[in-house]
Amino acid sequence: MKFTIQINTGPYTHQASDTAYQFTRAALEAGHEIYRIFFYHDGVNNGTSYSVPPQDDRNLQQLWSDLAEQHSLDMIVCVAAAQRRGIMDEGESAKHGKGSPNIAPGFQISGLGQLIEGGVQSDRLLVFGD
Amino acid sequence: MSTLHTVNKSAFERNSLESCLSVCKANASVLLIEDAVVSALQNTTISEQISAAANTGVKFFALSEDLRARGLSDRRVMDEVTLVDYAGFVKLTTENDRVQNWL
Repeated sequence: MKFTIQINTGPYTHQASDTAYQFTRAALEAGHEIYRIFFYHDGVNNGTSYSVPPQDDRNLQQLWSDLAEQHSLDMIVCVAAAQRRGIMDEGESAKHGKGSPNIAPGFQISGLGQLIEGGVQSDRLLVFGD
Repeated sequence: MSTLHTVNKSAFERNSLESCLSVCKANASVLLIEDAVVSALQNTTISEQISAAANTGVKFFALSEDLRARGLSDRRVMDEVTLVDYAGFVKLTTENDRVQNWL
């Protein structure tokens, strides 16, 4: 079965990002396809490479990047939400005259259309957030 | 057509579980995750509503990892609520025709 996952909160808001990560892993382990993961609102904070949590804390940004690499996941960060929160790829940071890009490996910046398309193309759309 | 409802907030903090129950059809399933797992405990102010919905055919589940993370023993969970792990969560999303996440 095809899943699209929408994540609305960041790694340090509440538990939703962790739930989404665990669900995604369990779905992949059960042989399902994750069509897309869409990070929206504060969820875009899952996609910054500048986060440095303490070593005994889980590093959700890294976990997402690793999972994306292992399973070739399509992880999209909403462009408008990302701009507000300072999550930029090379193109965005150049366009806005900012410093080094900080989007984490495996994440891509795109628009809301990707969420709609994910919902249309998948059998289930799950939303995690507060 | 059956619906899986997921609720992630305690019934003693938000009214999302009550809202969910008010629209639940008889063949629906309700999965309690994150802080909502406390709503699965016996003898609380929400227990009667859960029992009443269960009597009409609504099935209740709670995520065992989230109960354990909160130091809550399985023995304190209502008989009407079945415990599932993340694999069980995935299974519930596939067994039902659609998923409604109450946030």
